[in-house]
Amino acid sequence: MSGIPDPWSWLHLDWALLVVCAWLAVGLAGVLALRRFRLVAQVLFPIGGLLGVVLFGIALGAVFGTPEVAVLPLGLPTLPFHLRLDSLSAFFLMVIGCTSAGVSAFAAGYFRRGEGTPPGLLCLEYHVFLASMVMVVLADDAYAFMVMWETMALASFFLVTANHRIPEIRRAGYLYLLVAHIGAIAILMCFGVLQAGTGDYSFDNMRAQHLSPFWASVGFLLALLGFGAKAGLLPLHIWLPEAHPAAPSPVSALLSGVMLKTAIYGLLRVSFDLLPAQLWWWGGVLLAVGLASALFGVVFAAVQVDMKRLLAYSSIENIGLLGAGIGLALIFSAYAMKPMAALALTASLYHVATHALFKSLLFLGTGCVLHSTAERNLGKLGGLIRSMPWVAWVTLLAVLASAGLPPLGGFVSEWLLLQSFLFTPGLPDPVLNMLIPVVAALIALVAALAGYTMVKFFGVIFLGQPREEKLKHARDAGPWERVGMLWLTIGCVALGLLPVQVIQLIDPVTRQLVAAGLGDTVAANGWLLAPTSVERASYGPLIFLAGVAASCALAFLLVRLLYHGRMRRAPPWDCGFPWQSARMQDTAEGFGQPIRQIFEPFFRMQRELPSPFDAQPRYRVTVEDHFWHWLYLPIAAAVARVAQWVGLLQQGRIAIYLLYSFVTLIVMLMVVTR
Amino acid sequence: MTLYGAISQLLEIVVALALAPLLSGWVNQWRAWLQNKTAPPLLQPYRVLHKLFNKDSVVAEHASSLFRSTPYIVFGCMTLACAIIPTLSTDLPLSPAADAIALVGLFALARVFISLAAMDIGTAFGSLGARREMFIGFLAEPALLMVLFSASLVSKSTSLTTIVETVAHNEFAIYPGLPFAGVAFVIVSLAENARVPVDNPSTHLELTMVHEALILEYSGRHLALLEWAASLKLFAYSCIGLALFFPWGVAEAQAPLALLLALPVLLGKLALGGIALALLETLSAKMRIFRVPEFLATAFLLAVIGLLVHILLGG
Repeated sequence: MSGIPDPWSWLHLDWALLVVCAWLAVGLAGVLALRRFRLVAQVLFPIGGLLGVVLFGIALGAVFGTPEVAVLPLGLPTLPFHLRLDSLSAFFLMVIGCTSAGVSAFAAGYFRRGEGTPPGLLCLEYHVFLASMVMVVLADDAYAFMVMWETMALASFFLVTANHRIPEIRRAGYLYLLVAHIGAIAILMCFGVLQAGTGDYSFDNMRAQHLSPFWASVGFLLALLGFGAKAGLLPLHIWLPEAHPAAPSPVSALLSGVMLKTAIYGLLRVSFDLLPAQLWWWGGVLLAVGLASALFGVVFAAVQVDMKRLLAYSSIENIGLLGAGIGLALIFSAYAMKPMAALALTASLYHVATHALFKSLLFLGTGCVLHSTAERNLGKLGGLIRSMPWVAWVTLLAVLASAGLPPLGGFVSEWLLLQSFLFTPGLPDPVLNMLIPVVAALIALVAALAGYTMVKFFGVIFLGQPREEKLKHARDAGPWERVGMLWLTIGCVALGLLPVQVIQLIDPVTRQLVAAGLGDTVAANGWLLAPTSVERASYGPLIFLAGVAASCALAFLLVRLLYHGRMRRAPPWDCGFPWQSARMQDTAEGFGQPIRQIFEPFFRMQRELPSPFDAQPRYRVTVEDHFWHWLYLPIAAAVARVAQWVGLLQQGRIAIYLLYSFVTLIVMLMVVTR
Repeated sequence: MTLYGAISQLLEIVVALALAPLLSGWVNQWRAWLQNKTAPPLLQPYRVLHKLFNKDSVVAEHASSLFRSTPYIVFGCMTLACAIIPTLSTDLPLSPAADAIALVGLFALARVFISLAAMDIGTAFGSLGARREMFIGFLAEPALLMVLFSASLVSKSTSLTTIVETVAHNEFAIYPGLPFAGVAFVIVSLAENARVPVDNPSTHLELTMVHEALILEYSGRHLALLEWAASLKLFAYSCIGLALFFPWGVAEAQAPLALLLALPVLLGKLALGGIALALLETLSAKMRIFRVPEFLATAFLLAVIGLLVHILLGG
């Protein structure tokens, strides 16, 4: 803290640090009240949520301000923590604050007694996780960044393994920790490259270095590897579909909605801020990886039967789209086409914000379903819109946003992304110039598939008839859960309807990163969103919504006025088919079947078909990821083989170990005395 | 917003709402004639709508409010779609609110709602129809977007009015990419409007239905609204096709005379387009559902080729 007693003269950074300290205090209070469930749930988590709102407000003020720096006397004596709050950090702080506020309020009503980790400890891990994400975004030297990055990874690891008595969950947590550390090593090496042998690991020093193109590229690729592992870009995505279903739903919401975004933050920080100049092929690589991840993620999401795995794959898709957008921005930036780079970057940052909100909301929705039905398998759900209408309607909004449909938030970012892909006039490289509009085709395909996946997700869980008897008595969400979800829903709707205002918040960030912004152009057209000019492209979500709503209302009124509003309830008709049961509905497998057939090469599929003579006919299909068999299992086997050779050294007899010590001593003496 | 703009906007909406069933009737009539059948009267769709509006709506006992609100939402989406496509005039106050991409989004919104409503009752046919509709949709939507992109590269704009103005003004310019896009567009509109090679609008065999399976549980005014929305969709697609590939005769800003003249021109173009559609439907046979991906992938690739041709040759 700056040490000035008058709080009115504090910088935004000081206030943000105060929120971090308050979160830590809330976490510690949780440890003191380890088993006092009611206190933790109904006092501490809501306080944490309020602090999230405060953080959102602070960041809102800071995004337009000048960069603020501070040095914290933490860490080693000669290595204090450097902190810096600039527009880029402030934007991500907004995302963290806004999303965590909703998730914390939800968590107040979500955690139950007797599920693995005691509630007080969970409260500590949760708030340390939040605080470490804020500090990652604020860090201004590699040392502070890595310490906070690791704190974040560890805190989230403990959160993922909250139900640690279940072996699959421990396995998922282990996988997550492993990939997180591979990524962390890459990031560490990246910082090592960026400081260019000066030994000074502050980000200021890295900005001042002029690396040769070769070393800059090495640095970028290491950053891509490291942050890609955290974000879930191909081929380091495998931890996502394991860890997300394992974690409690509010934690999944934070992992997917917020933590993946810190990796995006790191990628942006390194490639646009710390590296002096961009090369176009970096953008090409990122674009290709991003597109591959997006297509892969959405195709796998469409065939999942576990609702949280489905959402995890959908996160891979969204991160892929983000990667594609950032890659395009890199290409433009490398060719010094600043307005275009700003457009692509604005689209990506917009998607960061919308994805944070709608994906958290979707995960919270699955949390409600999980609590009231104890079922994650889509094949055993159905018809929940009747027993939990509140959750259903809120989730429907998130589903529409996730499917990229107007007038919600997902559409705005998709629209901006397509605009930036379409109008790439005058890229010097003719091949790029030709390929990039074609890439728009792939983005359109991914968006359409996302719609398919989301209809499956919502339709199978909430619509139709309940596939199990117990679902008829499912209970709707409690008051805290409703508050949390409502907050996120308002955010989703606001992002959809007020793009002009939101882009004003993104404008300082793009100005910082690529020295151009959309703020002025967009503000010139009032409520219409027009990134370049109205003649070229424009979109007005409010008018759009008003148009649809007005024609709905008119149709409704006219039908009532001119005709009547009579309605009868009767059993479903179903073409006069007399006998029907809930089992005759389309299942999740059935809904995925066209995708499995069209995209067959993507999957490693095993099918067990029943024969006519089976007493108990069984149909089973498993869909696996090729990457496990092509990449991970061979590596695991190689590691195991090496470990076996190393194992030869370890005989387990004390005499042998003494011999080793003796030989080492002799060798050392020979070296030293020479 | 000028008075002229408001009038042309209102005129467009009224014309679309009034003429859409007529277009369906016209296509049905011609298809019957081409198949050597006795054709229903031209005004039959209006009679059907009137009859359905008069009937009670019978709703499944466990249907949720989503099921009952969907017909209105779909109808609202289609009305807005018809309002933003420049059919009579390019001076439309609503048009800046939604460009070509938002138009595709609008169709997708309607499709998602109608599919969700079909799944709501939980019958076998309903969910089958929903799956097939989304399946056709995810293939057709990117293809449609690519077609619109080809046209928007010509005019360097995704705004529908700008596209139409540009293409209409350069009558003698040759756009090598557009023929590809045109073929792709025909394929997409056949699929999206549940027409013969993909779906059969007059089918009675449940297993082959797509659109009919979706609306199987609807009756009375809800069904009427959905049928009206379906004919609005056909009208909207015809208008997009005409606007992109035959944009002549569309009135521009402050030209009241041209606006008056635009209506008969539109009627003529739609009449010819309807006959062509009936001919296409008569000449082709319905394909198996798993041949549809190939059919639509062809459209997608054609549209992409159109885009590439435009970039390579047109510059």
